[in-house]
Amino acid sequence: MSATDPTALTAAAAVAAIEAGELSAAEVFDAYRAAAAADELNAYVWVARDAPAPAAGAPLAGVPLAVKDLFCTEGVPSQAGSKILEGYRPPYTATVVAGLAAAGAPLLGKTNQDEFAMGSSNENSAYGPVLNPWSRDRVPGGSSGGSAAAVAAGSAPWALGTDTGGSIRQPAALCGIVGLKPTYGTVSRYGMIAFASSLDQAGPLTRDVTDAALLLKHMVGRDERDSTSIGFPGAIELPTATRLDGIRLGVPEELTAAAEGIEPGVLASFEATLKIAEELGASIETCHLPHAPHALSAYYVLAPAEASSNLARYDGVRYGPRSASNGAGLVEMYTRTRSEHFGPEVKRRIMLGTYSLSSGYYDAYYGRAQRVRTKIADDFRAAFERFDFVVTPTAPTVAFELGALTSDPLAMYLNDYCTVPMSLAGIPAISIPSGLSDGLPVGFQLAGPAFSENRILDAAFALERAIAFDATPGRA
Amino acid sequence: MTPREPGGRHLESRHMIDREQVLHVARLARLELTDDEVAKMSDELSAVLGHIEKIGELDLDGVAPTTHVVEVSNALRPDVVAPSLPHEVALENAPAVAGGGFRVPSPQAG
Repeated sequence: MSATDPTALTAAAAVAAIEAGELSAAEVFDAYRAAAAADELNAYVWVARDAPAPAAGAPLAGVPLAVKDLFCTEGVPSQAGSKILEGYRPPYTATVVAGLAAAGAPLLGKTNQDEFAMGSSNENSAYGPVLNPWSRDRVPGGSSGGSAAAVAAGSAPWALGTDTGGSIRQPAALCGIVGLKPTYGTVSRYGMIAFASSLDQAGPLTRDVTDAALLLKHMVGRDERDSTSIGFPGAIELPTATRLDGIRLGVPEELTAAAEGIEPGVLASFEATLKIAEELGASIETCHLPHAPHALSAYYVLAPAEASSNLARYDGVRYGPRSASNGAGLVEMYTRTRSEHFGPEVKRRIMLGTYSLSSGYYDAYYGRAQRVRTKIADDFRAAFERFDFVVTPTAPTVAFELGALTSDPLAMYLNDYCTVPMSLAGIPAISIPSGLSDGLPVGFQLAGPAFSENRILDAAFALERAIAFDATPGRA
Repeated sequence: MTPREPGGRHLESRHMIDREQVLHVARLARLELTDDEVAKMSDELSAVLGHIEKIGELDLDGVAPTTHVVEVSNALRPDVVAPSLPHEVALENAPAVAGGGFRVPSPQAG
């Protein structure tokens, strides 16, 4: 038995320790398996018993991976946080999960999430809420709440999440870890249980920026099975920058000073981070994203519209449970199966999406929202002519108490205020911990043009070193 | 300016979705709602739509809609025969199977 506790290491350090012969892949897996099995945060919905030995020379050396439940994993429950997929064991594995396993990151467990990734608090999971490791009476954020909580609590070295309007970045912020949403199309969506296909993108949740780069490096690529995937030009590199000389940061007034509802403690941490960036050599200037205040409205038309279509497949025919009420015809069976097994938020979004796509309302809602999307992408294009990155707080608040927003859907949706614009524009953005407010982590978001992941990772790495965020939740 | 229906009528901003509309949309979505759910849905959807309505204020004349951020069209690949899911594997997760297919209630029943 080695003297090193594998769960104390970052994933990159664990890879190095295995390669140096200081730890075996089996020791690392066993330590995390034990931690995941002992998880008290409800972060996991399934934990692996064992893992295949990594292939010789596999770059990730056997450091295991926690995977959001909505990624299909062959023979392993993949329920997307929904009762309507209870017991579903897919006959195939998502491209990104298979690719990471081949690279030496075997499956550690499946993580809890908001049902079909719809939520910002993980309270919409049919399998119970996830607790925030910093404070167990608070939410971990969502929808990738289980992945974020597992990484923050040290029961996973790293995790996969998905981001549709902020579902990687916001829980990363609320749990004090790093979360990256890549450029739309760089990572295959094949085998990801769909929410809103024009927005969904897989990305890493990690303890630091280097781990995010290392995981993403083995995620990107064009996939014949996802016709919207385009891959990444070149390769993802591990970050090395220590300075930000010559980097121009734009601070969009609409998502900072002029935005309502950003907590003073969050703004203070954001401004302290801007000072650090300046000390590292960056220039900081106010910029404008004039249509950003409308992003949330456009998003809550487009995403539910796509969801109402994507979720039409859950009808009790090919997978999942079927309503037990007998004697009904086909349409009644569909209707009862869906009504009995979808949760309230999913029903709400299906209704919203169906409404905005229905005859008479399509132009007023869906058509307009698509045009707003164009304007938001144009706003970013204009900003990136003058700035290297646009920076904002990731989420307007720190982790809130369980139950605080469940009765007010609109207030819950406002969690995505600063993350949705980048989603609509399809551009990459990272959240890194910038400090604490009232003892709870705050996230700093840095977004760049499409395919600027390497530059984003470098800048985030330099900031991470200078911020030196070393607080951790009490790890059991 | 509030969003308009194609016919030009203004959408009412308060209780934009009434009980009848909720029931109509629920039918389209193949959802059956209890009376309580219908009332709640009417309130909640009206509140969300009230917020969304703000995009009606924007001047979007001549702006092209974005359906997808990736500018890829016709992602083609060679038409090559490859193994696909075996029949029995495709049926494994089905709640009811008969005669090598998915078993469903009669569309004529009920």
